[in-house]
Amino acid sequence: MHMADALLAPAVAATMYVASGAAAGVSISKLRKDDEPAKLPTMAVAAAVVFAGQMINYTIPGTGSSGHMCGGMMLSALLGPYAGFLSMIVVLAIQCLFFADGGLMALGANCWNMAFYGCFVGYFLIWKPIIQSKWFGADKSALRKRIIVSSILGCVITLQLGAFSVVLETSLSGITELPFGAFLGLMQPIHLAIGLIEGLITAAVLCFVFDSRPELLRDVDEVGVSGLTAKRSLKGTIGILAIVALVVGGGLSLFASGNPDGLEWALFGNTDGGYSSNMGLDEENFGVSSQAAEKAESIQEKTSILPDYAFPDSESAAGTTVSGIVGSAMVAGVALLICLAGGFFRKKKKQS
Amino acid sequence: MNKMEKALNELGHMDELAVQESPVHAMNAGAKLLCTVIYILVVMSFNKYDLSGLIPMLLWPVFMYQMSGIPVRTCFYKLRIVLPLVMAVGLFNPIFDREIMLHIGNIGVSGGVISMLTLMLKGVLCLMASFLLVATTPFDNICAALRRVHFPAMLVTLLLLTYRYVGVMTEELAVMTDAYHLRAPGQKGIHVSAWGSFLGQLLLRSMDRAQELYSSMLLRGYHQHFHYAPIKPFKFSDAVFLILSIAFFAIVKYVNVSELMGMFLVR
Repeated sequence: MHMADALLAPAVAATMYVASGAAAGVSISKLRKDDEPAKLPTMAVAAAVVFAGQMINYTIPGTGSSGHMCGGMMLSALLGPYAGFLSMIVVLAIQCLFFADGGLMALGANCWNMAFYGCFVGYFLIWKPIIQSKWFGADKSALRKRIIVSSILGCVITLQLGAFSVVLETSLSGITELPFGAFLGLMQPIHLAIGLIEGLITAAVLCFVFDSRPELLRDVDEVGVSGLTAKRSLKGTIGILAIVALVVGGGLSLFASGNPDGLEWALFGNTDGGYSSNMGLDEENFGVSSQAAEKAESIQEKTSILPDYAFPDSESAAGTTVSGIVGSAMVAGVALLICLAGGFFRKKKKQS
Repeated sequence: MNKMEKALNELGHMDELAVQESPVHAMNAGAKLLCTVIYILVVMSFNKYDLSGLIPMLLWPVFMYQMSGIPVRTCFYKLRIVLPLVMAVGLFNPIFDREIMLHIGNIGVSGGVISMLTLMLKGVLCLMASFLLVATTPFDNICAALRRVHFPAMLVTLLLLTYRYVGVMTEELAVMTDAYHLRAPGQKGIHVSAWGSFLGQLLLRSMDRAQELYSSMLLRGYHQHFHYAPIKPFKFSDAVFLILSIAFFAIVKYVNVSELMGMFLVR
């Protein structure tokens, strides 16, 4: 989900920088107010663990593929939303700078899509209310169930929000011709599956922490469950998780094959009023050669013409494009010359 | 070699590149940072059909790579991460935008193809610029430059600390992964029964160590401020570099250099 610079217009990138910057500012002032400098090394270490942890492949039972864990949700459960957000920013910045995962100017957008939702929405709307609720009862196993539920729900919902933002930011940047609805139809289901898997992995890690050191988890020690430091029994949980994963995985694959993709639907079911809800099954009214499709095509034609770009119809315009191509080739030649000159001078320097 | 060892190698390689000597390495980190940001913004601002206008932007990174002696190969190796999403988005453009925009011989090139190529070129250019910055500037210099422009101290310290620990943690996890796979031969990833404990163990150990680390920081006199090694000062040559670069970006942005050059030949 890491966005590259190329996918964003400067205005969108700047807006997202301002938004993420504001959230970071609030987080910093909050941490300063709480006077928690002792947290700094913990934040750094947790961020580094998340960074490295995202490279682990977890085998998903019953399938050949593997999943990764959800950083934002885990960091906010361990460090709280403010420290978690800052740690996530740092993880994303290092990924962007050293591993080219996401762009320098897209960092604001990436922080928003992955860190903001994961930490703030995930913590305040999902983790905290669920952990403090009375769901499943009042004993230790109930609390564990609440951790599992909030991890999975948190990852799924925050990833859905993130995917939605990616689509929105790309569409607002005017980069893709893919209609908004179709793009959304592609992104959301994929990230639903990813979110479920990430949620399960995050739940497994948090359950382990809960079993060994419950005081490390946010809000958990405040709930007041007796006998929190009991012997760990992870096998049962993992067994349940495995079954859930299997059921969910199987269900999802059925869902995925039943509705091939939103793209096809948008291609064939495109009406001028938006997108039809019948998934393109009605070939007569919504098919390729239908009236609706023709109408849509004419609208597309009208809107996609760029007034100040050269078209092949006009004589002079054709001239400009030809010179554009020739000129581009010349630029490439100049670039090559720079390379050759650079190589020549370096060789000379080495010899001397 | 597993994924983590590869990442470690990449990190180490970047560190090695950053401490080499060249005119670009000798520049002030702030000037380079500013220039990179402006370059990427200008590249991003090009119209999606303006392929010929965008191409001359290639000259700046090409020139800088030659000046710095950074192998472009290393940069292109990182494209494997950037390009998939950019391509996934761009590949739909030829499908949806079929308006023929220009003819090369008898072949009509549609607007979608042009916008796809522009998008890909943008992806390559932005990566080249940000890679150049990191490959010619040690990370603590970038952090010091950020501090100079009053970037919050907490975030900068966190960046530095995390950067330090990313190496340690990745190495630790690489060893753990190797050990796990030696005991579970033929298994692709981490088995479900170890999902929680694998990373959880490391997390618990590290969180405890972080507390000890903070105590040792305090004993060495840490009071929420880091002292940075003196960074390269802003020299006259940095100002010249900055002005020339920005002038070049402005010319390429507002004048279609490709077309101008082509017109000399065509007419």
